[in-house]
Amino acid sequence: MLGKTAGGLYWMFRSLERAENTARLIEAGFRIALTRSTGAEAEWKSIIATSAAQDAYEAKYQTYESESVVNFLLQDTDYQSSVLSVIKSARDNARLVRTALTTEVWTSVNETWMVLTELLKNPIPQTELPSVLSTIRQQSAVVRGALHGTMLRNDIYDFCRLGTFVERMDSTARIIDVKYYSLLPAPSFVGSRLDNVQWETILRSVSAHRSFRWAVEDDFTAPAIANFLILDGRMPRSLRFCASKIVDNLGFLGMYDETPKKSLQLAQTLSARLKDRDISSVFEEGLHEFLMSVIVENARIGQQIELDYRFNS
Amino acid sequence: MNTLTSFFDEMVSGAGARSPYATYEAWFSGQDTDRLANKAKEAEAFFRKTGITFNVYGQDDAEERLIPFDLVPRILSNGEWSKLSKGIDQRVRAINAFLHDIYNRQEILRAGIVPIELIANNDAFLPQMIGFSPPGDVYTHIVGTDIVRTGEDDFYVLEDNARTPSGVSYMLENRETMLQMFPELFSQIKVQPVSDYPKTLRRSLEACAPQSCSGRPCVAVLTPGIHNSAYYEHSFLADQMGVELVEGHDLRVVDGHIAMRTTRGYRRIDVLYRRVDDEYLDPLTFNPQSMLGVPGIMDVYRAGNITIANAPGTGIADDKAIYSYIPDIVQFYTGERAILKNVETFRCSEPDMLRYVLDNLSELVVKEVHGSGGYGMLVGPAASKKELETFAAKLRAKPANYIAQPTLSLSTVPIFTEKGLAPRHVDLRPFALVSPNGVNITPGGLTRVALTAGSLVVNSSQGGGTKDTWILED
Repeated sequence: MLGKTAGGLYWMFRSLERAENTARLIEAGFRIALTRSTGAEAEWKSIIATSAAQDAYEAKYQTYESESVVNFLLQDTDYQSSVLSVIKSARDNARLVRTALTTEVWTSVNETWMVLTELLKNPIPQTELPSVLSTIRQQSAVVRGALHGTMLRNDIYDFCRLGTFVERMDSTARIIDVKYYSLLPAPSFVGSRLDNVQWETILRSVSAHRSFRWAVEDDFTAPAIANFLILDGRMPRSLRFCASKIVDNLGFLGMYDETPKKSLQLAQTLSARLKDRDISSVFEEGLHEFLMSVIVENARIGQQIELDYRFNS
Repeated sequence: MNTLTSFFDEMVSGAGARSPYATYEAWFSGQDTDRLANKAKEAEAFFRKTGITFNVYGQDDAEERLIPFDLVPRILSNGEWSKLSKGIDQRVRAINAFLHDIYNRQEILRAGIVPIELIANNDAFLPQMIGFSPPGDVYTHIVGTDIVRTGEDDFYVLEDNARTPSGVSYMLENRETMLQMFPELFSQIKVQPVSDYPKTLRRSLEACAPQSCSGRPCVAVLTPGIHNSAYYEHSFLADQMGVELVEGHDLRVVDGHIAMRTTRGYRRIDVLYRRVDDEYLDPLTFNPQSMLGVPGIMDVYRAGNITIANAPGTGIADDKAIYSYIPDIVQFYTGERAILKNVETFRCSEPDMLRYVLDNLSELVVKEVHGSGGYGMLVGPAASKKELETFAAKLRAKPANYIAQPTLSLSTVPIFTEKGLAPRHVDLRPFALVSPNGVNITPGGLTRVALTAGSLVVNSSQGGGTKDTWILED
């Protein structure tokens, strides 16, 4: 496979994952704005922070109003991670790697781009927001379904999955980190019951408010939620899950390598840090410090994949 | 020449249908117009979803457009086709021989058949190709001859397109669409298949591999990238052939060969089907600003280590002044009379002809000698007085840049409209593949149709559409 093609597949699926994650974040924020008379602005601010978009946002707006945040994240083409921008980038990458995709995957991405470009053409009135967000998630599901249902399980598939999990690990880590301050205003809060709304939003941001109840027979305490999102191998957006998938896919790619590539070594190191450990040891390490190091290592893995598989040179 | 008021219609003659259309016409008259209108909409949605689009240059938003597809097929009998394909075969062989000659012994110039000025002063003539023979002596691996019809037996070649003909993906996709929309038609009417084209193309390119190549040749398609107007076609052809689609930055010279960067290191390429113009092919040899090509590819080429299809320098055969000599070129190299006619062509570089062209501008079609895609041309009968004056000034300023031709009364084939069938002008571009094993012409081609009533401009960049082209089995 061409190095450029591997890069196109990887970035196509990073972009699609990003679009979906942004839609989830907005959904969680929108719920707060609807159900709470106060606190919405702080919630929107934390969503912008999670997306690492403070500078870009504040260059345009002074306040964190629902409308401006939502339109910024959904349809601002000056912002390179808005849903509209990343969907275009996913589709451009898909065109670039057209020969590596099945017809189903290609048409689903192309259709997603057509549908969302039309949908996000104008600012979204609040009344339309739920249906717009649901369309974004539905379209992502269509692409994912086409990928799983029609693609050969070969190196092409591995690069698609790597893009998905590198992006998802970054997103989940950021969500926990931004919420960290509201979850744990002081270390003494560890173990205490959390404010209802805070636990709900963090779980909603990763679409896990139901699965948490089913999977974890525990109260909504900071350690229980942190454990679920960081260390639970069953939870498809947890850090541990993402890391082990990255190891798996890099392992398939390097099956015939005599010495493992550096990206695989890095991923194995990160994955080992997330396995077989107790959440209390994470709190001892310092949750924020721990998450920052995961974000940095994940980014290094991403860069090393680009080098090992010759995306650009 | 017919007058502009009477056109040859390929479907209807007098009260009935011409024989190639008889079965189709009977089928069509039994169809419900609303159902067909729905089918037409379905086809458009399918094209959009599949991304069969092209980018329009010179538009602000660089939007992607569909080439409108018309659901009424253009039908030719096997007899009509066999004359056409013989004529194309002959012409393609002659052009190939001509290219080899002008880059080597130049006998045709010495014989005084083609004037040397036409070659010497021509930007499309590449001095880098002098004294070099490409692998298998093939210059024009893929040719898309533009043919127009004006009467029952009157076919003319309008352009040879020996350089980088496009549109073959539409030939294939249009057929697929028709098969999906109207399967019942294909059981009633026996149409020669076109679907072998990608396989034949790959075999034909492999047969042109350099002699030094051992084992199965590695073929790749070189595209300028996703923003090129024909990108869809580039990716389609690579996909259908099962070969890599590469851009300049995927390639480099490794150990005297062209190689592509894969996830496992560099892999050698033997045949490059390039859809990048000569000028951008090698920044070390041609345009130094080019980011689309491969630095050093011309050295590899001249060392005989890669086949470039079509060969650099082939564009000289597409020059519209050279075109006017093609019947002589055919005669010179094949010893036969040209089977297909040329359109009468006035070379404005010659003072007498320029005077004639200026005096009769409102009745002529004027084209740039290097032009393509319908850009920069004047259709006299459709032009306003002001447009004629502006164009006359251009002609006087740079006469050698233009040729003129009579306005042909192109044949019509009906298109489907909500009000029923309506005749529109068409042309035809069959595709020929050349290798040392011979010339292979796929039965069919791209029929382009001017969608505006009365318009003679069929180019997709100017609002033309396409039709599926059927060659009947007899």
